[in-house]
Amino acid sequence: MLALRGVCHTYPNGVRALDGIDLTVAEGEIVAVIGGSGCGKSTLLRLIAGLDRPTGGEIRLDGAEITEPNARVGVVFQEPRLMPWLSIADNVAFGLVGNVPAALRAARVASALERVGLAAYATAWPRELSGGQAQRAAIARALVCEPDVLLMDEPFGALDPFTRAGLQDHLLGLWVDRRPTLVMVTHDAEEAALLADRVVVVRPRPGRIEASVNVALPRPRERGSADVEQVKRTLIGLLNRTFETITETTQDRDGWPPARSAALEWQI
Amino acid sequence: MSIAEDIPEVRLTVAGRTDASASTALPSFFLGKLGLLGRIGPLALGLALPVALAAGWEIAVWAGLADGRLMPPPSRIARTLGELATSGELGVHIGVTSARVGAGFALGALAATVLGALTGAWSLGHRLLDPTLQALRAIPSIAWVPLFILWFGIFEGSKVALIATGVFFPIYLGVAGAIHDVDRKIVEVARVYRLSRLALARRVLLPAVLPAFVLALRSGLGLGWMFVVAAELMGASEGLGYLLIDGQQTGKPAQIVSAIVVFAVLGKLSDWLLTRLTQPLTRWQDTVRNHRAEDAAC
Repeated sequence: MLALRGVCHTYPNGVRALDGIDLTVAEGEIVAVIGGSGCGKSTLLRLIAGLDRPTGGEIRLDGAEITEPNARVGVVFQEPRLMPWLSIADNVAFGLVGNVPAALRAARVASALERVGLAAYATAWPRELSGGQAQRAAIARALVCEPDVLLMDEPFGALDPFTRAGLQDHLLGLWVDRRPTLVMVTHDAEEAALLADRVVVVRPRPGRIEASVNVALPRPRERGSADVEQVKRTLIGLLNRTFETITETTQDRDGWPPARSAALEWQI
Repeated sequence: MSIAEDIPEVRLTVAGRTDASASTALPSFFLGKLGLLGRIGPLALGLALPVALAAGWEIAVWAGLADGRLMPPPSRIARTLGELATSGELGVHIGVTSARVGAGFALGALAATVLGALTGAWSLGHRLLDPTLQALRAIPSIAWVPLFILWFGIFEGSKVALIATGVFFPIYLGVAGAIHDVDRKIVEVARVYRLSRLALARRVLLPAVLPAFVLALRSGLGLGWMFVVAAELMGASEGLGYLLIDGQQTGKPAQIVSAIVVFAVLGKLSDWLLTRLTQPLTRWQDTVRNHRAEDAAC
């Protein structure tokens, strides 16, 4: 179980990215974190990954506090971030830390590549892959050491809609194998509605949890089905509420006369 | 997961494959027509201008349009080169000069790599050393010669020191800059996988800086050839620079041009060798050069 208690993060330049985040993610649960840009959702993921330390509160994985990158937590970034000087197989092998015997290493890399459908590209250079293939290689790198928690930071945000849809299904297929806990940051309400068991809506400046929506739809969920569309509409409504709040606070702070109604109409 | 959703990806790869096979099939089809010209084309094009100029000059002198005393025609330069080569003199000069460049380049490149890595990877080292090195860089390297002669004597020591100084700065700047410019995002991946500092240097920083390092080495080597001439002009009894001075003092322009030609050939040859030796290290790069090499391999 992944537990965040009162997590705050203030950057050295004084920007308060997160303020009092409480979140518990059960083992094997898929949680989507959704919010506008600059709401601190990527910061949240970096804290769980141990890449940054929260300035307040604590993050625990099965009781052990996370303070630095951890073998049990895998990360997929928005960009594939493959090492351009390593072949695809060597890039995936990068995810195997420590002394793994060569034969076992090769076998695990081959099976990870097989699972993401890149077996034919083991010896290719990263530059020879398409964007979607490169991101699949990055997923293979994160999965090869079989982490208990997989963190994904807008992993499909930079891809075209076709490739994105394909990879979303692919990701669910991979998740079914071992059912790792999956925390996924996205700005795409549809992606959240399609994949997540629970969607956490984050309000920006400073990042706070606005709402938590349980998505009780059975899988596989059909893209564009009425149920999914309903969840998507709910999420977009909640997202819009988070935008309104910023408008309000900035206006309050700046003491502007309420030219607010126009802004609100536009948001909705 | 549904297989239907995977189809676009699959179709994309298939399209990519047919494309690739088509592009390999086409050139081989045209090879019959283009083959010879295609292969020697770039070289022939590059040689066209110098050969035309040389031939023009040769004809002008031969026809009596110019006397060719101060700028000897190619045939006389070739004869001079031939004489120098057969007497064994040329080999000695080339050997001496190359040894000086080699020693100076090795020393300068080694020092520059160590210091560049230090200031690039260690911020305290950067603040400590870089200002001094930048100040030293502002001094024209030739200005060191009198001091080097006092310190290292008038023979090899001062010459190698001058070449090493000239080679040092471009390589130092290249290495330090390259380490600074390593993609933070890639370094973060190394953190996620908990690489030690040593493993980070070996598995991430080193390969990431290699292309820039090779480029820095090449410009350093070019400067090495420049400074060997300066060193030999200032007093040497052997070496290609000596051939230049000797040609001036004894009024033999053909000898001067011969030495210049040899410099050109050696400079180009050493650069080619360096590029060739380092090519396997930077093969992964997504560059025009590598694409051209791959096309040529097809």
